Amino acid sequence: MNLVETFRTGMEAVVSHRLRSSLTVLGIMIGITAVILTVGLGEGAQQQVGSEISSLGANLLIVSPGSSTSSTGIRGGLGSASTLTVANANVLANKTVAPDIAGVAPVVSASESLTAGTANWTTTLVGSNPSWMSVRGRTMAEGRFISGHDVQTHAAVVVLAPTTASELFGARDPVGQTVDVAGTPMSVIGVLTAEGSSSTSNDDDQAIIPITTAATRIIGGTSRNDLSSIYIEATSSQTLSAAYQEADNALLSLHGITTATNADFTITSQQSLLATATSVDKTLTVLLAGIAGISLLVGGIGVMNIMLVSVTERIREIGLRKALGATPRVIRRQFLVEASVLGLVGGMLGALLGLVVAIVLPHLISDPIAISAAAIAGSIVIAIAIGVAFGVYPASRAARLAPIDALRSE
Amino acid sequence: MTESGTVDPPLADTQPIRIGDTGPPPAPPVPVIEIEEVHKIYRTGVLEVAALRGVSLTISAGEYVALMGPSGSGKSTLMHILGCLDVPTSGTYRLAGEDVSAMTEVDLADVRNRRIGFVFQQFNLLASLSAWRNVELPLIYAGVDRSSRKERALAALDRVGMGDRVEHRPGELSGGQQQRVAVARAVVSDPALILADEPTGNLDSVSAGEVLGLLAELHDSGRTVVLITHDADVADVASTTFRIRDGKILDNASAMVGGASR
Repeated sequence: MNLVETFRTGMEAVVSHRLRSSLTVLGIMIGITAVILTVGLGEGAQQQVGSEISSLGANLLIVSPGSSTSSTGIRGGLGSASTLTVANANVLANKTVAPDIAGVAPVVSASESLTAGTANWTTTLVGSNPSWMSVRGRTMAEGRFISGHDVQTHAAVVVLAPTTASELFGARDPVGQTVDVAGTPMSVIGVLTAEGSSSTSNDDDQAIIPITTAATRIIGGTSRNDLSSIYIEATSSQTLSAAYQEADNALLSLHGITTATNADFTITSQQSLLATATSVDKTLTVLLAGIAGISLLVGGIGVMNIMLVSVTERIREIGLRKALGATPRVIRRQFLVEASVLGLVGGMLGALLGLVVAIVLPHLISDPIAISAAAIAGSIVIAIAIGVAFGVYPASRAARLAPIDALRSE
Repeated sequence: MTESGTVDPPLADTQPIRIGDTGPPPAPPVPVIEIEEVHKIYRTGVLEVAALRGVSLTISAGEYVALMGPSGSGKSTLMHILGCLDVPTSGTYRLAGEDVSAMTEVDLADVRNRRIGFVFQQFNLLASLSAWRNVELPLIYAGVDRSSRKERALAALDRVGMGDRVEHRPGELSGGQQQRVAVARAVVSDPALILADEPTGNLDSVSAGEVLGLLAELHDSGRTVVLITHDADVADVASTTFRIRDGKILDNASAMVGGASR
């Protein structure tokens, strides 16, 4: 008896016990759907994190001021000290000091109230230089960004992020309009393209002005040259660690610090933050996949149960087939084919249902689901493997039945 | 399984088989069944039950033999051994010249497939398959290709008068018709031996008569038929009757050797 015949016989048995077969298939189907969806949710989350990395600027390093210690010995939080200056930023921008740094954007930021006519909106006011746009990986929706000339002349110009623009001007075109920033009228020269909110801050709600304008007209006083942070863009993702070293060394020597552990600043990369987020997502995916795996196991036990029932119910048939010349191997194969067909059909239907849910579900919840061809192929293979694995025991039981005992049974 | 086609060429419907056709062509013909001093002891725990106590029997090709005995006489055990469904505890069994008494399970399956056609009391047709699909089963296990399987199955059904019901399922057939399908299945692979175990046990007298007639026809066309029954009237249709009691053959009405060694 060749494999084609064995397959045909197995298929016939599946088809002739429709209800029983479909219940088994249902078990496998739900398991496979669960696996595909959990893996898809996990992959979707990781892809989302990945796109956030690139949107934040993949080659980005952020230098933050260190903590300060007050005269009473109380240590302030990170960034409470004012150890970073515009002069520091200018050194980092020097190509001979740091050849792997492509752009440096010193940033001062403050929460300020903006007024345009009757509209009033409090947002993050950022003072920076023309490098800010490329370093942060932003583009202009309309108008232009701050120029070097604006910085030199302390120009009273402002670039608005899209949310800020719509809060202040509604549907009107903000470019060319005037905004009152902390009492200083400034003209709007451009609007940034929407970014989407990141996990840390809302990048679509801020206003950017030349750093010199911020220092002299908004902040003033002794702290006007103190920076909130310095954004550094490495020349590529490969040179990110080199850029990190260069910035670290330069700042250590500028600040006259000999031991790195005493550094009065901190350099972080967006990638390191997001890598943590990714690994959290991965852990979650593994956990969910584990739960889905348990449901697959239950489905597999269902297959075994059904196959054992099938063996018991068909003892006479097995006996007859053996009397007519079926060898134990042929009987075993027949039951294995039955079990794996149940697994295959369950796997395919589960993959189909998973796909449908993956299309429908993102409309109901905000999380994206990424279904890959590999996940589908893998889960179908798993389903067949489950059919075979849980079919082996019932199949060998069927094969071991003695023909006379089997024929005698009523 | 693969050699089946070469050992027993398919029978043409119109050409009756002659005695001795089941063996290799040159004479002398080999007896279909030769059993010598066969014992069968069943062990259940500490209990030993001797179902057969030294049975010897020779059945030549083309004979119609009835094995008759009450229940518990050992006739079922003998039938199982004759049908290669079980092996004797001791003694030898040669089926069409082949010693099958010490064969492995796989070889026995092959022998059953090639040499023996079974007719059971319970018909034992598969309910999910149509008549012709039931008849082709032995040919599937013999490795016969699909088209000639159908051809031979239909020819066999035609021979038992079921040619107009080949697509019917067992549930759509009467008991007598089901048993005819079972007879067709028994002869489809041209076995050396047709083994009928109480073939009329579940049938009304009319159907029983038809089935016995069918077996007689098969005998007339040269086949070896062994009929196992407890019914003397049924046994009467056979040319030879062996009576079994307490695991032994009591008497033998023919010249065939029975228990000669005792």
